[in-house]
Amino acid sequence: MKNYKYSEITPEKIYNKRRKFVKSVGLGLGSLTLSSMSLLNNAHSLENNSELTSYKDITTYNNYYEFGTGKGDPYKNSQEFKIKPWNISIEGEVEKPISLSADEILSLYPSEERVYRLRCVEGWSMIIPWMGFSLSKLLNKVSIKTEAKFVEFESVYDPEQMKGQRYPVLNWPYREGLRIDEAMHPLTTLVTGLYGKTLPNQNGAPLRIFVPWKYGFKSAKTIVKIKLVKKMPTSSWMKASPREYGFYSNVNPNVSHPRWSQTSERVVGGNLLSPRVETQMFNGYGDEVANLYSGMDLKKYF
Amino acid sequence: MLTQINQRYLRVIIFTLSLVPIFYVIYQILTDQLGPEPIKDITHHTGKWTLYFIVITLAMTPLKKITKLNIWISYRRMFGLFIFFYASVHLMTYVGLDYRFDLVSIGDDIVKKKYIFIGFLAWLLLIPLVVTSNKKMIKILKDKWKKLHRLIYLISLFGAIHYLWLVKRDLTEPLIYISVILILLVFRLKIKNSKF
Repeated sequence: MKNYKYSEITPEKIYNKRRKFVKSVGLGLGSLTLSSMSLLNNAHSLENNSELTSYKDITTYNNYYEFGTGKGDPYKNSQEFKIKPWNISIEGEVEKPISLSADEILSLYPSEERVYRLRCVEGWSMIIPWMGFSLSKLLNKVSIKTEAKFVEFESVYDPEQMKGQRYPVLNWPYREGLRIDEAMHPLTTLVTGLYGKTLPNQNGAPLRIFVPWKYGFKSAKTIVKIKLVKKMPTSSWMKASPREYGFYSNVNPNVSHPRWSQTSERVVGGNLLSPRVETQMFNGYGDEVANLYSGMDLKKYF
Repeated sequence: MLTQINQRYLRVIIFTLSLVPIFYVIYQILTDQLGPEPIKDITHHTGKWTLYFIVITLAMTPLKKITKLNIWISYRRMFGLFIFFYASVHLMTYVGLDYRFDLVSIGDDIVKKKYIFIGFLAWLLLIPLVVTSNKKMIKILKDKWKKLHRLIYLISLFGAIHYLWLVKRDLTEPLIYISVILILLVFRLKIKNSKF
């Protein structure tokens, strides 16, 4: 294990102080700047019951099978991973397909802080201060055709650098998908960093998706392709076990996974005496996203 | 051959070594070395050691046969009791630490989650073996004792299936474990057929 140098830990403390400052400023200005308010609101509602997960836990406890199936494997095996140059293509049912480099994307769209809860389907959660922007901003650039109903995300395939891909643990490359209205939802984030820093490799650098109201595996890492499609894509996990992983995979305490209870979760970073906490419908983002699913039987479309 | 005194020392050494996995967890707790999900770490650690002790216990008879030494058999009971010890710590970590004796949720899990059901069943089946593990019960039960204690093969398979069913994707480890159990089982059947 790598030991954390004092210099690496300090920024987190400063970061938290700065956050408190930003928060108090945000409270004062909230009524004036509505656009930034919703984000700060999210941060507040989450912080009512939880603290930010430590930088160490967020960056050393990962499910990222491209670098191994152990929780510590991604951190151990991804440090040499090359993320330059990096291109992402947006194609499919669009008027103007494009290919952009990661640097171009970073310079085109300023990142903002977005504190979201990550709820893993395995029954644990973290509160992560992501950096990023709404994916819709990027998608608006390509003029989506009306035929497009879904978005498919494709992660990189590079078994030379990603030793987990040398084994058929999943159907590589990793694929995920969203319905178009889900992809265009302001909460759906193109992540560029966390804790105010660039995104570490083990968290999906250079660019990943984050969908706060869905189980973690819905948020594809290291994306290279965003494809607008007519039909519902089949994600890697759906292919691996359709009975266990549905296309929607919204966080839902009322629909239990065949092998895990989804009614409660463990908050990562707790000690032996920390209790489980109740899992919230849509991971606590129901106010923002429940309307996407009105009239749908979420037990059937799990 | 070992003298009686040496055997006694050996017993103490093996007993102490068998406790190392639990001391290791306690050490990790006291020095705050468990990972971001400490309860899960303890659950997995004690679960794995339950399986290891099942393998160790099942290996004693084949080892006796291979080495033609009776000494192996004298440790079989102790290892068997360590199966129960680690299985119980494993269960109590889940019941007490993870679910804080929330019996409604636990009952719900046992009924709905097949891996928890079979794991719990395996633990229940260990109880009659523990109760009848002393010399007195061997005398009382006579031939029935042997039959009763063959339950360990069923328990070992239940333990293996418990592991297999809970793993998300990478089945390598549970499959290795199941293979070892099956090899030991086949070996045992061969011994039986050769009237050993």
